[in-house]
Amino acid sequence: MDFNIYDFTSFTTWVHNALTSSMSPGWAMFVELAIVGVVFIAFYAVIGLYLVYAERKVCALIQNRKGPNRVGPFGLLQTIADLFKLLMKELIYIKNADKFLFNLAPFIVIIASFMAIAALPFAKGLHAIDLNIGIFYLFAVSSLGVIGILLAGWSSNSKYSLIGAIRSGAQVVSYELSVGLALLSIVIFSGSMQLSTIVESQANGWWIIKGHIPAIISFLIFLVASTAETNRGPFDLAEAESELTAGFHTEYSGIKFAFFFLAEYMNMFIVAAIAATVFLGGWMPFHIPGLDGMNHVMDYIPPFVWFMGKTAFIIFIMMWFKWTFPRLRIDQLLKLEWKYLLPLNLMNIVLIAFIVLMGWYIK
Amino acid sequence: MEEIFQDIIIKKSDDYIINMGPQHPSTHGVLRFELCLLGETVKYIIPHCGYIHRGIEKMCEKNTYQQIIHLTDRFDYLSAHMNNEAVCLAVENALEVEVPERVKYIRTILAELNRIASHQLWWCAFGMDLGALTTFFYGLRDREPILDIFEESFGSRLLHSFNCPGGLMHDVHPNFQKKIKDFIKYFRKILPEYDQLLTGNIIFQQRSIGMGILSKEDAISYGVTGPSGRGSGFKCDVRKHHPYSAYSKVDFKEILYTEGDTFARYKARIDEMWESLNILEQLVDNMPAGDYTVKMKPIIKLPAGDYFQRVETARGELGCYIVSDGNKNPLRVKFRTPNFSNLFIINKLASGNKIADLVAISGSLDLVIPDIDR
Repeated sequence: MDFNIYDFTSFTTWVHNALTSSMSPGWAMFVELAIVGVVFIAFYAVIGLYLVYAERKVCALIQNRKGPNRVGPFGLLQTIADLFKLLMKELIYIKNADKFLFNLAPFIVIIASFMAIAALPFAKGLHAIDLNIGIFYLFAVSSLGVIGILLAGWSSNSKYSLIGAIRSGAQVVSYELSVGLALLSIVIFSGSMQLSTIVESQANGWWIIKGHIPAIISFLIFLVASTAETNRGPFDLAEAESELTAGFHTEYSGIKFAFFFLAEYMNMFIVAAIAATVFLGGWMPFHIPGLDGMNHVMDYIPPFVWFMGKTAFIIFIMMWFKWTFPRLRIDQLLKLEWKYLLPLNLMNIVLIAFIVLMGWYIK
Repeated sequence: MEEIFQDIIIKKSDDYIINMGPQHPSTHGVLRFELCLLGETVKYIIPHCGYIHRGIEKMCEKNTYQQIIHLTDRFDYLSAHMNNEAVCLAVENALEVEVPERVKYIRTILAELNRIASHQLWWCAFGMDLGALTTFFYGLRDREPILDIFEESFGSRLLHSFNCPGGLMHDVHPNFQKKIKDFIKYFRKILPEYDQLLTGNIIFQQRSIGMGILSKEDAISYGVTGPSGRGSGFKCDVRKHHPYSAYSKVDFKEILYTEGDTFARYKARIDEMWESLNILEQLVDNMPAGDYTVKMKPIIKLPAGDYFQRVETARGELGCYIVSDGNKNPLRVKFRTPNFSNLFIINKLASGNKIADLVAISGSLDLVIPDIDR
C-alpha cells in the first residue's frame, strides 16, 4: 500500500481492494459504510467540541478575557468536560409537550448536518461520496435542519420557543435563496455541480481571484447569507437571548440541548467548508502563476491542512461577526434579504453569465 | 388630565399574552412585563412591579436617621451615593447644619464617579439587550478603577453608605485625588472606544434611531427624568436647576437632545459620562482641606415638620420627603424614585413596535428594578 497524504485515492482503493478480496462485495460495502460512519461520528464530535472551544477562545480574545484555561492545557479539555456534564444531566419532560416530536427534533437537526459533511471533499480523494450534483445536494440537505428547529419550537408548548421557531423558519427560508444563488455563480464559472470538479477547476487559481469582482460579490453575499442560515449572530434571532431567553431550544435540557448546540457549530463548519471549497479552492494550495519556487513550497503543505485552514479562516470571520455586532430585528433581517441581497444576487448572476459568455475571467 | 389617561389598556380574553419576566435576561431584575403580541408586534405592555418590594419606606419609620442611610443604598444600588446624599441633605437642611466645604466637594466627586460607573454598567447592559455581547466586558473593565477608588476609601464597592447626616463617615484615602486623576486620564482615552464599538455601528443605529419616540409633553406628564427625559428635551437636571452640594461651583452643561428616541437617550448618557469627567476635573484639584464632618448629636431629632430634598441620581430625579413629629424616628418617609416614573412610559413607547424594540427601549430607559419597588 502506498499512503500518500497528497492523494488519498490510492489509500481508499487499497482499503476497497483489501476488503473485497477478503469478503463478498455486499459485506465489503457494509464494512466500508460502517468505517465511514464511525470516522464521521468521531470527526463530528471532535470538530463540534473544538469549535465550541475555539469560539470561547475567540470571544475571549475580543472581549479582553482569557477564556477557558483551567481544564487541561490551555483549557483544551473544557468542552469535553462540558459534554460529559450534559450527558449526565436529567432530561426534563414538559407537560403537554408533544413527546414524539419533542424527542425527534434534535435528531432531525443533527442528522441534517451529518448528511451535509458526507459530500465535503476534505482532500484529494478524501470524501465519502462525490455526487455529480454535490452543490445541489448540500443545498438541499442543509435546509432540512430548519424542520427540526420548527418542530422543536412547536412541540415544546412554550410561547418563547414558538416565536423563536417561527423566526427561524422565516429566516432560513429567505436566506436559502441567497446562499443558493451565490453558489450558483461559481457553478456558472466552473460549469459543474460536482464538488471535486469545482475544486479541480481551481488548480490554477481560486475562483475568488479568477472570477474577480462578481465572484467577490458572491463570496460576500454567501458569507452574510450563510451566517444567517446557520442562525448565528448578528442573525441569531431564533435564539435571541435578550428577547426570547433561548428561542426554540428554551425547553431542552441535557444531551438534547447539546445536540442543538453541536449542530449549530457543525452547521457553521459546513457553511465555512462550502465557502472554502467553492470560493477559496478547497484543498487546492495557493498558487501564483510564474512563481514556481513559491508554488512548490505551497504544494508541500498537505491538502487537508489547506482545506481546514481555509475553513478555519472563514469560521473565524463568522465568530468575529457574532461577537462584535448587535442583533438585527426580524423585519430588518427580512428587508436585508429581500430588498438588498436577493436583487443584488440576481444581477450578479446575470453579470457572471455575461462574463462567462464573453470569457472575461482568468482562465 | 384627560389626555394622560387616554392610553388605558383594555384587555381582551383572546389576546396572545406572553409573560416577560419576572426572570428574564433583559428585564434586568425581577420585573414582569405582560405582553400582548400580534405575531412579532407588541400590542400592549402591562408592567407588573413589586416582586422585590421590601418596604424600605416603612422600615425607615422604625429607624433613626443614621440608620435610614443604609436602607437608601438598596433602592437604586447603582447610584447608592446619590441616594445617601438625598437623605443626608434633607436632614441637614432640617437641622440647618452647614457642612464643611470639603464634604460638599467629596460628595459631588463621589456622585459623579458613581454616575459614570452607573452609566458604564448601563452601556454594558444596553449592548447586551441589543445582542452586542462584547460591550459587557468593555464596560465592566472600565468600571473597575472606579470601584477600586470606592473600595480604597470606604471599604465597599457598591453600597458604600459613606455619607452620614453632617458629613462623611471618615476622611477619604490619601490616594483619592491621585487615583481619580489617573482615572480621568484613562477614561478620556477609552471612552471613544465605546463609540467605535457600538455607536457607529449601522445595525445599532438602525435598531435605535427613530425607535420609541418619547415626546417632551409625555416626558413631563409621566415625570420621566434623568437622561431619559433629557433625551426628549425635558430640562430636568436637578444639578443645574436646583444646585446642591458643590454643583453651583462647577461649570457644566445640561445634556439635552430633542429627538426623544432610543438613540437620543443613548447619546445623552454617553455625553453625560463626558460631562461628569469635566465636573470631576474641575473639583478634584480644588478639594479644600478641612473637617470631613460637623459634630452632630448622637441621636438626631428633626424638628416637627416636613422636609423635602431632591438630588439627581444616574437615572433621574430622586426626591426624599420626610415628615417628622420631633422624635428620633421619622413619622413618614416617601421617596420619589426616578425609575418608578420612567417605567410606566414603556407601554406608550413600545406598543406597536416589535419585541426586539421593547427590549431596546426598556434598556434605553435604564431601569433598576429595586428602585421601582423599594
